Amino acid sequence: MTKLLNRRAFKDTRGEAESFRRRAFVGFALILLGLGALVGRYWFLQVRHHDEFALRSVNNSVKPRALPPTRGLIYDRNGVLLADNVPAFRLEVVPDKIQNMNTMLAELGQVVPLDSDDLDAFRKQLKQTRHFDSVPLKMRLSEDDIDRFAVNRWRFPGVDVVPYLTRRYTMGPLFAHVVGYVSRIDANDLDDLDPDVYKGTTHIGRTGVERSYEDMLHGKPGYELDEVNADGRIQRVLSVDPPTPGKNIYLSIDSRIQKAAQDAFEGRPGAAVAIDPRNGQVLAMVSVPTFDPNLFVNGISTADYKSLNTDSDKPLISRALRAAYPPGSTIKPFMALAGLEYGVRRPEDSVVSTGVFYIPGQARGYRDDQRYGAGVVNLYKAIYASVNTYFYKLALDLGIDRVSDFMGSYGFGHPSGVDIPGEVPGILPSRAWKAKHSPKEPSWYPGETVIAGIGQGYWEVTTMQLAHALATFAGRGVPYAPRAVMATADVGKSPLPLANPPSGPSLIKNAKDWEAVNEGMQMVIYSNDPLSTGAGVKLGDGFPYRIAGKSGTAERFSRTSDAYNENKNTAYLAARHRAWFEAFTPAEDPRIAVAVVLEAGAWGAKDAGPIARKILDAWLAAQGGAVPPNRPLPEPMPATSVAPEDTPQSDMPAPDTSSPTPDASSPAPDSSSAGDGTP
Amino acid sequence: MIDTLRARFYRFLRRILTRPRVDLPLACALVILCGVGLVTLYSAGNANLPLVAGQAARFLLGGVLIMLLSRIPPSMFRNWTPWLYVGSLMLLVVVAVLGEGRGADRWLNLGIMRFQPSELMKLVMPMMVAWYLHPRQLPPRWKDILVVGLLIAIPAGLIAKQPDLGTALLVTAAGAFALFLAGMAWWRIGLLLAGVGGLIPIAWHFMHQYQRDRILTMLNPESDPLGNGWHIIQSQIAVGSGGMFGKGFEQGTQSRLDFLPEHTTDFIFAVFSEEFGLIGVCAILVLYAFIIGRCLWIAMEARDTYSRLVAGAIGMSFFVYVFVNGGMVSGLLPVVGVPMPMVSYGGTSAVTLLVGFGVLMSIHANRKVHD
Repeated sequence: MTKLLNRRAFKDTRGEAESFRRRAFVGFALILLGLGALVGRYWFLQVRHHDEFALRSVNNSVKPRALPPTRGLIYDRNGVLLADNVPAFRLEVVPDKIQNMNTMLAELGQVVPLDSDDLDAFRKQLKQTRHFDSVPLKMRLSEDDIDRFAVNRWRFPGVDVVPYLTRRYTMGPLFAHVVGYVSRIDANDLDDLDPDVYKGTTHIGRTGVERSYEDMLHGKPGYELDEVNADGRIQRVLSVDPPTPGKNIYLSIDSRIQKAAQDAFEGRPGAAVAIDPRNGQVLAMVSVPTFDPNLFVNGISTADYKSLNTDSDKPLISRALRAAYPPGSTIKPFMALAGLEYGVRRPEDSVVSTGVFYIPGQARGYRDDQRYGAGVVNLYKAIYASVNTYFYKLALDLGIDRVSDFMGSYGFGHPSGVDIPGEVPGILPSRAWKAKHSPKEPSWYPGETVIAGIGQGYWEVTTMQLAHALATFAGRGVPYAPRAVMATADVGKSPLPLANPPSGPSLIKNAKDWEAVNEGMQMVIYSNDPLSTGAGVKLGDGFPYRIAGKSGTAERFSRTSDAYNENKNTAYLAARHRAWFEAFTPAEDPRIAVAVVLEAGAWGAKDAGPIARKILDAWLAAQGGAVPPNRPLPEPMPATSVAPEDTPQSDMPAPDTSSPTPDASSPAPDSSSAGDGTP
Repeated sequence: MIDTLRARFYRFLRRILTRPRVDLPLACALVILCGVGLVTLYSAGNANLPLVAGQAARFLLGGVLIMLLSRIPPSMFRNWTPWLYVGSLMLLVVVAVLGEGRGADRWLNLGIMRFQPSELMKLVMPMMVAWYLHPRQLPPRWKDILVVGLLIAIPAGLIAKQPDLGTALLVTAAGAFALFLAGMAWWRIGLLLAGVGGLIPIAWHFMHQYQRDRILTMLNPESDPLGNGWHIIQSQIAVGSGGMFGKGFEQGTQSRLDFLPEHTTDFIFAVFSEEFGLIGVCAILVLYAFIIGRCLWIAMEARDTYSRLVAGAIGMSFFVYVFVNGGMVSGLLPVVGVPMPMVSYGGTSAVTLLVGFGVLMSIHANRKVHD
């Protein structure tokens, strides 16, 4: 009882309530203090340092993304579309959504054929991509592929058919060596490319105009500001700065002439270049055989590449720019002009051709093409009958320095400067060249001057160089750098011509010299002298304008036995010769200059000549027939319309089939024989 | 027979619904808080309606429990207290045994639902301390303080071992607040705190590495920006970028774009701060302060010491939730798993909190009758 009372007495309930009240107030005050501290902390973050955190928040979530520009289109001079961007479809895989990649690929391979090239490229890219970014697996799906995949789509989550724009070369092989091709940018390219310009771009011009005009065709990328999440996935687009598409480009080449030139070769390896002497515009440039550039756009298969690369005819090599051959007699008109211009010869000055030429005081003979000589030969006959003796002597009289100076001024020995990449400089024989390239025997011998006079010896010339030199001559000596592109246009705008001013004053000192050589070259076509190299080939028949030309037959090997004279059949000679032909027309006011080389032609006039004539025929047809030469032609301008549908192909006249066929029974040999003068 | 039972049940139900024995200001504040919580969760969960609906269902369950508990007299809670404590403690031991060696296993699988005994302890702890202290001489002396200390330390230690530092902290705080409200002398409090301060180096020695890392990272989050610092940095960016007025409802990029981890649970207050700014933070803190103050008011009105201590301790531990969560989200305190009450998504925690308010409502219903 006492205990209980004691306890009751100790327990002061009223006091406890009062004490609790005090403690509750103190506690609440402390709590308010704590909450105040929190407010202080939030003020510190949200007001005091707000700017800093706001910036970090934006940097977290807003990422710029490049929008690649659409590549410019390429047209021929009449607005015929050559390089187009077409919608295509590819298979893409999002690695994130694939449970077992190998199983999926194996099963997918049953539906859409996947070759090892596709798989290798895919696996390579897979390693470089984030897991939620889709990786292309197979480009350019066929309609069959798409249909079959559509039916089986449910089996392949994470695999999609995605549309994209791909380059298509509408004329395929015809322009492969001019337009070139684009291909995918690979890891090696990335080091050389400006990342600001190429962000988002997958393809780049590799060869041809696609490469040399890359800057214009490519355009300027745009930017998109994307809101991304912590994984980098795009949530929404905040703003867009659209890309500027690349410029459209108009070639000066006429696809009808190009086609005729290509067809004229009938598949035989060779090259042809046609240039307008009045402005340097390239009208045609073919290299036979050729290849389909479309194969390269989305990655060429190993099998295709191997077959192109091991083909003995080397279709991937642009012969017009990269194959240099001895020019042979095609340089004789230039030699003749040099003689006149340096005052060493007058047109009527003559030499006697006996069949062999000796340098005074030397025993070695230099053969003429006629076994017993062509008799008394002046400048005109020297050209139309391609008389070696005339040029042997002329070369000696000029001396190698004046020969190489003069030839160099016409562009031999260095690239013509055409706006298509890959040109080789060829070889112009000179003391300097020999000193540099033949250190063991650096001094120059008169015999080398003699054979240089007929385009043999060290000489090497590309078809482009010869066409360029001929165009410079035909244009009365006014040099223009050859140009394959004549105009560019912004999308939706009219084309603007690219300026191509002459690269110097006229090279011709005396108009009479030009007329004399021109006359000699016309006689190649029209002379009735059986010694004329053009005799019997009748290259000028049925053509409304006067044609001036010159053949060339260069020997590939030195003659080491008499087999040459004993086996003069066409097949044998074709294996030993390269056939050249150069021509321009109208002779009095030239508008087109053509150079043709046939790698395995027996005779220049008979084998390469008809090809040149077919090119001239196609040019004539493209002009709409004969136009009196004295009436000034309207400057050809590309069509303003960019739509390929607007330029119906049916407008193209059929190539003239009435060109004369060479008379095989009476070959007019013009072979220049250089003895064993070639080192 | 069944009819009479049914009739009695309906009468009971009608009484609860028509004459709820709840404190209206506190109930209103809780409803507003739950509403704010659901709105924030909707935004933080990227408009995930099922998530919000689940949380709303828990709030409803909590509301029903509040109404039921409010009809139970506090004396009955008092009589059950030791058994509740012993029962909770045994569950904790079961979890500790079953969960051994399996990392942070705090759950007890009851078949139909998973249950966290440590959550129960948050509520039972202040009740147990109050039960122990209420018949004794107050303010408590060392002997009682020692006993209370043991009552707190045993479950807190078990919870800390799980390891769940946040809940251990809350449990300890709830018990300690009861002791504080019981009038423990200031000099004793000072001595005790000094003693605890002296124990910190020893505690450091026994801490898990991840707990140490959290503290170290909190002191310098930029030292490990992709690891432990990531939470803190991204959370501070979210809070700081909110500014004075916030980015607006559903405009918080940090959470919407997944930069902010745990943005529906422990870090949801960062989302709130990002979207509603300092103005919103102040407003919700005022609401919390009102609720805590109202709890203390109810405690002061209570009829006996047990009720006073329980109500006061529950109210004050509510502050610990707010302060620790708000502090860790803003980088003021280390990251411990303490939710922001009624805002963070999480089943057991929300229901436990509301059950605590049910006890409060019961205390309120049985308050002193003023003369």
